[in-house]
Amino acid sequence: MLNYIWAVLILISVLCAFFTGRVPQLSAAVMNGASNAVDLTITMMGMMCAWTGLMKIADAGGITRILSNLLHPLTKHLFPDCEKGGPALKAICMNITANLLGLGNAATPLGIAAMKELKKRNPTQTADNSMAMFVVINTASLQIIPTYMGTLRAKYGSPNPFDIVPAVWFTSVCALAAGIIVAKVLEGRKFEK
Amino acid sequence: MHDRPELPSDSERMVFKVDKLGVFVIPLSVFLIVTFGLYRKVPVFDTFLSGAKEGISSTISILPSLIGLMMAVSMLNASGALDLLSSFLAPVAHFLGLPEQVMPLVLIKPISGSGATAILTQIFEKYGTESLIGRVASVLSGSTETTFYAIAVYYGAVSVKKTRHTIPAALTADFTACIISALAVRLFLH
Repeated sequence: MLNYIWAVLILISVLCAFFTGRVPQLSAAVMNGASNAVDLTITMMGMMCAWTGLMKIADAGGITRILSNLLHPLTKHLFPDCEKGGPALKAICMNITANLLGLGNAATPLGIAAMKELKKRNPTQTADNSMAMFVVINTASLQIIPTYMGTLRAKYGSPNPFDIVPAVWFTSVCALAAGIIVAKVLEGRKFEK
Repeated sequence: MHDRPELPSDSERMVFKVDKLGVFVIPLSVFLIVTFGLYRKVPVFDTFLSGAKEGISSTISILPSLIGLMMAVSMLNASGALDLLSSFLAPVAHFLGLPEQVMPLVLIKPISGSGATAILTQIFEKYGTESLIGRVASVLSGSTETTFYAIAVYYGAVSVKKTRHTIPAALTADFTACIISALAVRLFLH
């Protein structure tokens, strides 16, 4: 499915550039987009390694086990085929905690670690239910304090930048619930795309 | 001559407080992890190194997906397709109760975080942060994630090709956020 979405993005852009006469900008964008990705990866690498390193200490020290026990009432419903206290669930819980705390930069490496643990139990090229549920949770945004949004609003002159927080919570919870419900409903059905 | 220092405004004080909280989260997490490791007699530095080594291969493994996605996003931006699509979808926005000026944000947010920030700042500059448009845009960006980026990066890292129901479920969440954000702003703030 990602194949089609990617193709549609590219084709629409090219067609549109012909219509709007922005072909020169488009050809520059192809090069820039690709090299920006490499820049981003290089900037990200240090932070990624720092968090995977800290994650390893947290795991060896037992923090991940404590977190995974705390979150177990929730995760046992979301990831029923993951073994309790197993490496996959522990990594998932670290990622969820980082997301809640608003540590977006730490959540990504922890999430990749969780995906790698899930992949160990499923060596195929097809996502299993736990992988899908995990990615869906990560595509929804749930954090206790949306710091970045508040700072941005204050910068643009908002007298009360955090007054949006209740509305953000309400919206996030509804969106997350909708995502989880649809994932649960669809996971039973065997459909291949 | 007395230069009386200006008192910080409410918003500055508020941001200061929350910023401080945010500033403390990372050092505290690091402190906790290392202290706990020492307490449990973990060889902390050796363990850190072996973890950091895995980080290198993780980062490299997501590079191809990032290149593909960021290329597509910058093409979409440069071609003007985003504005064209937004005006095309204005009736849909009205139907959902969303201000049509928020539509470019709705379209870019699933694929690009930095693109979404750029559009959000444009909205703030043009309509202000306290307008209905500014608030719906804030709530929408605060409650959604860069969906396709997450899907591409996470599945790319473990080379899973068939994502099954991931995209429909994730897009349902995004679509729900669109409808609810307009509703929530009217309910809580206007």
